[in-house]
Parts: sequence; structure tokens; C-alpha cells
Amino acid sequence: MATETQAGAPVAPAGAGPLLRLRGVAKRFGAVQALSDVDLDVRAGEVVALVGDNGAGKSTLIKTISGAGPADQGTFEFDGGTVRINSPADSARLGIAVVYQDLALCDNLDVVANLHLGREPRRGPVLDEIAMEREARSLLDSLAVRTLKSVRAEVGQLSGGQRQTVAIARAMLGEPKLVILDEPTAALGVAQTEQVLALVARLRERGMGVILISHNLADVFQVADRIEVLRLGRNGGRFAATGDQRQNVVAAITGADSDIAPATPAADTGGTT
Amino acid sequence: MSTTSPTPAPEVDPTASAVALDRDGDDASGVQALLRTAANAASLRAIVVLAIIWVIFTVANDRFLTAGNLTNLTLQVAATGTISVGVVLVLLLGEIDLSVGAVSGLAGAIMGVLSVQHGWNGWLAIAVALAAGAGIGLLQGSIVTWLGIPSFVITLAGLLTWQGFQLKTLGDAGSLNVTDPVITNLANTFLAEWLAWTVALVAIGLMAAGALVARQRRSAAGLELEPMLLTGVRLGAIAIAIVVAVYVVNQDRGVPVSVIILIGLVVIFDALITRTRYGRHVLAAGGNEEATRRAGIATRRVKTVVFVLASTMAAAGGVLAASRALAVNQSSGSGDVLLLAIAGPVIAGVSLFGGRGSVWAALLGALVIGSISNGMDLLGLESSVKFIITGGVLAAAVVLDALARKQRMSQGRS
Repeated sequence: MATETQAGAPVAPAGAGPLLRLRGVAKRFGAVQALSDVDLDVRAGEVVALVGDNGAGKSTLIKTISGAGPADQGTFEFDGGTVRINSPADSARLGIAVVYQDLALCDNLDVVANLHLGREPRRGPVLDEIAMEREARSLLDSLAVRTLKSVRAEVGQLSGGQRQTVAIARAMLGEPKLVILDEPTAALGVAQTEQVLALVARLRERGMGVILISHNLADVFQVADRIEVLRLGRNGGRFAATGDQRQNVVAAITGADSDIAPATPAADTGGTT
Repeated sequence: MSTTSPTPAPEVDPTASAVALDRDGDDASGVQALLRTAANAASLRAIVVLAIIWVIFTVANDRFLTAGNLTNLTLQVAATGTISVGVVLVLLLGEIDLSVGAVSGLAGAIMGVLSVQHGWNGWLAIAVALAAGAGIGLLQGSIVTWLGIPSFVITLAGLLTWQGFQLKTLGDAGSLNVTDPVITNLANTFLAEWLAWTVALVAIGLMAAGALVARQRRSAAGLELEPMLLTGVRLGAIAIAIVVAVYVVNQDRGVPVSVIILIGLVVIFDALITRTRYGRHVLAAGGNEEATRRAGIATRRVKTVVFVLASTMAAAGGVLAASRALAVNQSSGSGDVLLLAIAGPVIAGVSLFGGRGSVWAALLGALVIGSISNGMDLLGLESSVKFIITGGVLAAAVVLDALARKQRMSQGRS
């Protein structure tokens, strides 16, 4: 049934254009069509959850946005202008930050060093440790991170939630407009998951667009504004993240077209047109 | 005895926001901070090991702790310590360079042949030897980073290759006596007493001033300060160590120039690693190379430069060794030079797993290894026993390193 669009967002409200607008994105790996004709909108100050089963194309879609795996086809608009994203450097320049699932932190360095890795400020030839430490503190304070004992703690000594916090905070240092979080709560305990979700909500308060990839629907419904389902490399539906949509989201992910009829391919694709 | 506790009090609400960071450190008294730092400092462990070794050898032989022997000890460690400076850099990357001994021998041979057989100016001969080291490092580092071949294998191949070049360079002569005073003075001159004291006092003054200025700046920026007691004890301990060392060697021949060279190199490379962006990237690449690459850092270039620096330091060590021996021959740089140059830093706390350690470990480790070897020589032990003991000490150090790593991993998340 073609309920997918009814619950979701209006396609493009006249006043505020989306921060990120993808149309007709396609990507092929050899014989495998990983993405075909995918659309996605993310507005500033909005958390969009990207869900779907394994192999649905979530990571591939993210890579087309981050530049790690550019798309074969499709138009990308960012902040009102058409853009091309062919490399991670392109997306970084636009103000797109990605927090990877495997964190990409250096365990042997402290929080300050990790936050600034690759863009350390200097005074003359030497590192400006004081500027780095101040910036780290004010950033973590502004994100209301209060679980860290010291910004000079080695990252290897931190808990999973703290590490995820550092990873997200690091993405924030470049003042991005769009933050992509790849499974930020995977492998975290209950309390730590709460911390990270609170942090995601704070990114939204700061007016950033957030794309959240998650397998955990409880997390998704807690923090997201909108849910975008990918199924077999296509848009599988668009839902408001309200509790009553839960069944519909599960149905869209699995392709079991919920209450009424068994899924037909026509119904699946019909939702996106 | 506690009575009813229906539900345990909830842990701190994880989502509650409070702007301040938990400033636990501020509550700790200076003494606590001092003890905590002492327990964690790898360099301090090395100093304790050094003290134990000195006590043992002093008890075993009353000539060990004399000014004359301690001066000999400093002379003995200069060359190995210099090679170790480069080894520390490679270890910080989590890589290894097995060619440093052979490179030091080849550099000595190149310098010797240019100086003795071709009559080159001493400085020029030294410069060419160092340049040869740099070139070797560039070659080996490029192969390791661009082709992704483990450094263990490439530098093992290098060990043999450069030894071959050393034999070829020396040719039929086999052994050369170096006579150019520019070269021989490096390891055979000593600072005049007044000069040694001046250097020592200036160094202490600079160190104290630097610490105070850094403290001032942190304070002005409103950042946490380490307890004054900790700063004071650390500065005081280093100052006392310098004064005692200068006093002792002044009872004999004085402070060797080669030791000043070694300490100067350690200071320079320590600043490079701890104070510069490049050094930070070396540590990062040693900790998590993939993360470093994703942070936009050209890790291959960072790593290649480390190999260049390491081979150059190995060459410098070879120059110092030739200067001290007044000769180069076919066995220069072979034997246990490589093993000792790597063992020293590891004993002094540089992790073989990369990312952890200090350049000062090159000096401390060379002192530990040098003391063991010097003491055993005084006792007249056979080579067999010396090998066994030195090997045992190295094995113990590596085991300690692995245990410390296991502990870290069990404390952290993974």
C-alpha cells in the first residue's frame, strides 16, 4: 500500500529549502546495482534516520555523500546550490562531517589531541596546546559532555560512550552543517546510548542537519524527526518518527507490506513516485 | 548494617546536562598527584632499574662507582644512544628498523674511506656519511610505506645489503685508522670544568624558566595546572641529577663532547615529537594509522620521514663509534650494536606496539644497557654470560611492555 509518502515530510516547502537534497542517485558495483534512483532530503536542524536491512544500500548512500564512494548518477544540492562530491575533501569543504562506525580515534593520544588531529593549531613552529585545550573544553562544555574526567585523559582509557562522544565532538570542531553518524550506538550500553542520543539531539538544537544510520529502531524513534527507509537500493518509504509508524517502518524495511496485501514490487516502488 | 534499600539509588542521570567538566584532578593534593605520576612514568621505572643495576655492580665491584668508570660509561653509551634516538622514532610508529647497526657501520666506513684514503675534509666526510644514511632511510622507508611491505622484512634485507656495501667500501684495506682531528675529537675531547658547569647551569635555568612560563600561560588561559609540588620535584630531581653527573665526571676527565651531542639530539628530537605537528602525527600514526589517514594526514610521508631520520641517526652513531675507536673496520656496526640499540629504548619504556614512549628513553635505555655491559666487563664475566644476561633483561622488558598493554586494554573498552 502506498502509505509511505502520506506520513512523511512535504517534499520541499517553499520557504526553507533542504540543506541536502539528493535526486535520482544511482551507484553500481560491477553487476550489482547498489543504488537506483534514490532521493533524500535533510533540512537544517533535522535528524533524519536512514534505516534498512543489511545490504539495503545505507552505507553506499552515505559514501556518495561523504565522497568516499562517489555516485554514478544523480543530482546533489547542498545549501541551495548544485554540488559535485567526488572525494572526502569535497564533502569536508562543503561542511559535511562523518563519524564512522569504527570511530577512527587514536587510543594512545589524549582527548585534546584526538579532537584536533589533522588540524592542530600552532604558535610559530610548535603546537599551541593551550589553544587546543581551551577549544576542546569549550566544545565539550557546549555539548554538555560531563562524563569526561579530564580532557587530557588517554582515549584508550575511556568507555565506549565516551569514545563515541569524542568522535562526535571531533566532527563538530570543523563547524559542519551536516553530520553523518554511522551506527553511533552500536555496541553501547543503555546509559551510554542515552548519552550519545542526547548528544545527537544537541546537534539538532545547534541547527545542524543530521543523518543517523541505525539498526536500532528504539534509538531511531527516540531521536529522529523523520525516517527514511532504504530497501534493495531504492527508497522504501518515508515516515514521521512517531510511535504509531513503527509497524509501517518495520514493514517497509522487511518488504512485508504490512497489514493488507503481501508485498508487490509495484507497491514498493510506487511509494517513491 | 544497612537495612532496607528498596531500589539502589539511580546512577547519575546520563542525559542530564551540566556544563562543567568533572574536575577531579583539582581535588587531588600535590602529594597524591606526585605519587600517581611516579607510578605511571615509564621513565621513572627505567631510573629505578638503573639504580638497582648500579647498586648490584657497586656491591660486586668497588671500581664500578668511580668517577673514572662512570666517565667511561658515558663514553660507551654515546654511540649506541645516538642510534637509539632513531630507533625510538621508528618504534613510535609501531615499526622496526633492523638495519641501523649495518647503516652505522657503512656510514663509518664511508667517512673513514673519504677521510683517510681520499684526504677529504673531516666535516665533509661526516656530512657525506650522514647523507648516505638519509638516502638509505629514504629508500627503505619508501619501500615500506608505498609497497606496504613490513618494515621487519625490508630492514632485515637492508641489514645484509648495507653490510655488504660496508665490506665493499672498505675494500682490501679492511680496516682504517682515522686520524683527522675533526673526527677523532668528537668522542675524545672533554669540556673544560668551567664550561661544563656553565652548560649545566644554563640548561637547568632554561628548563626551569620554560616550565614556569608554560605554567604562567596555562594559568592565564584559565586551564588546570599541575600541582606546583609536582613541577618542583620534577625540576629539582633533574637539576640534581645534572649537577651530580657533572660533578662526578669532572673528578675524572670531564664531560665528554660526544655525550653533549647525544643529549642535544635527544632534546631536539623530543621537542620534535612532543611539540610539533609532525611529531603529533607520528604518534597518531603509531596509535591508529587508519584513523590518522582519515583525519587527512599524509601518513605515508610521515612514516617515510621517520625512516629517513632513523637511518640518519644510525649514521651519526656510526660516526661517533668510529671517532671513539679511532678506526673503522669490517666489523664496525655488527655484532650486538643493533640489538643493544633496540633493547635500550624498549627497556626504558618505548612500546613495541607503537605510539607510546619518549625520546629520552634512548638516553636512559643506553645507560641501562651500557651499565650492565660495563659492570659485567668489570667483573670479567665471559661473553656467554653477558649475552645471556643482556638477552634476559631485554626479554623481561618486552614482557613488561606486553603486560602493560594488556592492562591498558582491559581498562579501556577494548
